[in-house]
Amino acid sequence: MTARVGVVVFPGSNCEHDAAEAIAGLGGEVELLWHDEPALRGVDGVVLPGGFAHGDYLRTGAIARFSPVMGAVAAFARSGGPVVGICNGFQILTEAGLLPGALQKNRGLKFLCTTVGLRVETTASVLTSLAAAGDRLRVPINHFEGAYTCDPAVLEALRAEDRVVLRYVDNPNGSLDDIAGVCSGDRNVVGLMPHPERACDARLGSEDGAVLLRSLLDACTAGRRPATTVPAYGAGPGT
Amino acid sequence: MRFDVLVEVSLRSGIADPQGATVERSLPRLGFVEVHGVRVGKAIRFAIDAADQEAARQRVDELCRRFLTNPVLEDATVTLAPAQDGAYA
Repeated sequence: MTARVGVVVFPGSNCEHDAAEAIAGLGGEVELLWHDEPALRGVDGVVLPGGFAHGDYLRTGAIARFSPVMGAVAAFARSGGPVVGICNGFQILTEAGLLPGALQKNRGLKFLCTTVGLRVETTASVLTSLAAAGDRLRVPINHFEGAYTCDPAVLEALRAEDRVVLRYVDNPNGSLDDIAGVCSGDRNVVGLMPHPERACDARLGSEDGAVLLRSLLDACTAGRRPATTVPAYGAGPGT
Repeated sequence: MRFDVLVEVSLRSGIADPQGATVERSLPRLGFVEVHGVRVGKAIRFAIDAADQEAARQRVDELCRRFLTNPVLEDATVTLAPAQDGAYA
């Protein structure tokens, strides 16, 4: 059974084709979903790709959160559908209130474009189910605002509920508790700053991202769900 | 009635401000050794129509909460006054 993955394209997204190429290379079927669409065309999973949605004006992800497609993404996520936000997609998910916390400017105001080591902290998420806890992955990062930040109570909850999905081996950006990726309480929404879609081919320097996207495809086929069209905006950042 | 609004968005205390820190570090080089506590934020100006000042403030507070700030990182200070005649006519 082929997984159908919707990759959302906002004005200013720039990693949608990287994500589509990687997913197709792993055997998935890709639908590019324009941000103005109010429904998800019955896909089995959603990827919010990297880039600068709506120019990242005001704050990263602040305007993207109000794109019509986000109502359907929020409803899909709440119904248990797998949703992964990569880089700018992670920022959008926090602004939409689908993941806790926020992404701050990097420590030292450095734009980072490099390959980093990641440690898989839990396999209980739609992005890590096929990996092993403790696995080390080499995956590129490419961001200016990637330092994960949250309130102490939220951090405590993330730790207690095993919701820190990936940590940096050597913290590059000042992220709180070395956090590179987190998941929702239901473990079906995952956000991460690194770009697994750029680490799916040895010719690009690493294939370590493939296990993450294969996990997503696995979650897509495992949980075929009815199409979701009900608009229901996220409750907002900080929730 | 129309009101002029200034929303000043600043990082909450306790949230690292790398922009403010970078500006502050550069000041001694320019001779401003007496400057401390630099914080960088943003200012957003607009006009709003409302029945009265209280109603205007409530709408602006809601706008700040839902869109203009991210409460995880930021606070807003709102300054609101009846619009100058013709300023936004």
